[in-house]
Amino acid sequence: MEKIIRKDILEMIHSAKSGHPGGALSAVEIMSALYFSDVFRYDVNDSAMENRDRFILSKGHAAPVLYAVLGNAGFFDKKHFKTLRKFGSILQGHPHAKHLNGCDMSAGSLGQGLSIAVGKALALRMKNIDANVYCLVGDGELQEGQIWEATMSAAQLKLDNLCLIVDYNGIQLDGNVADIKDVYPLKEKFESFNFNVIEVDGHNKEELIKAYKMFKANVGKPTAIIAKTVKGKGVSFMENNANWHGLAPNDEELKLALKEIEGGLK
Amino acid sequence: MINNKPPRDGYGEALLDLCRNDENILVLDADVAKSTRTIWVKEQFPNKFLDVGISEQDLIGISAGLASEGIVPFASTYGVFLSGRGFDQIRTTVCYDDLNVKLVGAHAGISVGPDGATHQALEDMALMSVLPNMTLIAPCDSNEAYSATMAMFKHKGPCYIRFGREAIPLFTNKEDDFQIGKAKVLKEGNDCTVFACGSMVHEALMAQEILEKEGISISVVNVHTIKPLDNETVLKFAKKTNCAVIAQEHQKIGGLCGVVSQYLAQTYPVPIEYVGVADTFGESGEPAELMKAYGLTKNDIVLAVKASISKKK
Repeated sequence: MEKIIRKDILEMIHSAKSGHPGGALSAVEIMSALYFSDVFRYDVNDSAMENRDRFILSKGHAAPVLYAVLGNAGFFDKKHFKTLRKFGSILQGHPHAKHLNGCDMSAGSLGQGLSIAVGKALALRMKNIDANVYCLVGDGELQEGQIWEATMSAAQLKLDNLCLIVDYNGIQLDGNVADIKDVYPLKEKFESFNFNVIEVDGHNKEELIKAYKMFKANVGKPTAIIAKTVKGKGVSFMENNANWHGLAPNDEELKLALKEIEGGLK
Repeated sequence: MINNKPPRDGYGEALLDLCRNDENILVLDADVAKSTRTIWVKEQFPNKFLDVGISEQDLIGISAGLASEGIVPFASTYGVFLSGRGFDQIRTTVCYDDLNVKLVGAHAGISVGPDGATHQALEDMALMSVLPNMTLIAPCDSNEAYSATMAMFKHKGPCYIRFGREAIPLFTNKEDDFQIGKAKVLKEGNDCTVFACGSMVHEALMAQEILEKEGISISVVNVHTIKPLDNETVLKFAKKTNCAVIAQEHQKIGGLCGVVSQYLAQTYPVPIEYVGVADTFGESGEPAELMKAYGLTKNDIVLAVKASISKKK
């Protein structure tokens, strides 16, 4: 499944001639461990099911990974992939929930998703609905102050039905996160903010599933899963290269990339 | 004799009534619960109240999350911080997803007084009026703030309501019919129409009395809903009097001045004068002193009416 998701991401962005491959490829296992396992409760035939789990993509530019996952899960026809970023498409450059079955919230302006997830987790608790809220942020995104406002709210409210996942790929648009505005160390930061913190290899699906299960078993605190990833994972020339944060592959690059993906992760 | 009462009291009373009815609401504040009157909810219905601390962006995001799950949040804080600091959150999360979030901007206008320019929301209506899906309301007194809050609760979609800190004349009744988007005609005269919202409505009524003694007959329309605008009533009175004054405790740019002017420019251009703050920041001072210094009194409306009439062809 991860090979299919990577292939879909690259073909989508190639067809759109713009988009963000780096941060989509780094989050493939994070997403597939959630949606293609027994972790995340959903029903493609009833996307408004009350006790479904909720997923908030806060790093909205990673839209292609969300689209690939939702499409492969069956929320919409995969034929839409080739319409990414095009006029009239359900697949907007950044997710627009109104037009996208299976998407809980629009995103695009960074730093907002965790507050929304706090509101959702609180609402579920108020309504006695047994469901979890997952929120994916980038590590560069942690530079947004609102993330820390929301972190304090989640801990204050003891939202143990809330799972923050940090796609810790170390790179943002302008370069290395540590060189621009250092957000590390992440484990200690979130622990000091009263989170239950789990560190994990963000490209190891089994480890990720185990981490999600640890989150579900955890009581009294929100959880942060720090998933160490590689930006552009799976395509050697995109890996750890900030230039591929927001660049579409040309025909030749796509061919090379798909060949590498077929060979599997190194 | 007319009593004075702060509009925020009407807001607080409406919240208590909604709580008594055990409506599916959550009242949120960002550390100014005493000022916004949400503290009344905290004291009497603590399970309907959440203080998120000094974090307006988070306030709006949490409210958006709650609304997306069917709870009606009343996100309350000073209008200047709510609309300014939270603008991107209101735009991209609340309005883009058309979420049922009630945004409550207290201490709006220059009359907040001694706190000075940092706390005087004079741009909030301009900011909120440009957002798709947004409903924008500025009630004229405490009773209308009550009715508007109840109406907002029943309305589905993003709403922003703003009112000032001060006790201002209480001249409407809680029982008066209040419909979002339906302006109220308070006086009918033929020489000019004053379209006003918020604290300027009562000033307009007093200006009408002064002008009447001078033989000038004006209409006064309380346009409590800035967006969606009651086009029909605005057009009707523009045609009736062929000139207008628009009055708001806000910058002259945007808000009621903006939406009425734009609408009339397209449909029935008439001379218009504005009563509002003239593209400047406020400063510290007593509320009445500031209203006078920045041109927001009945006398300023009187002068504006005369100027508008003089431009009639």
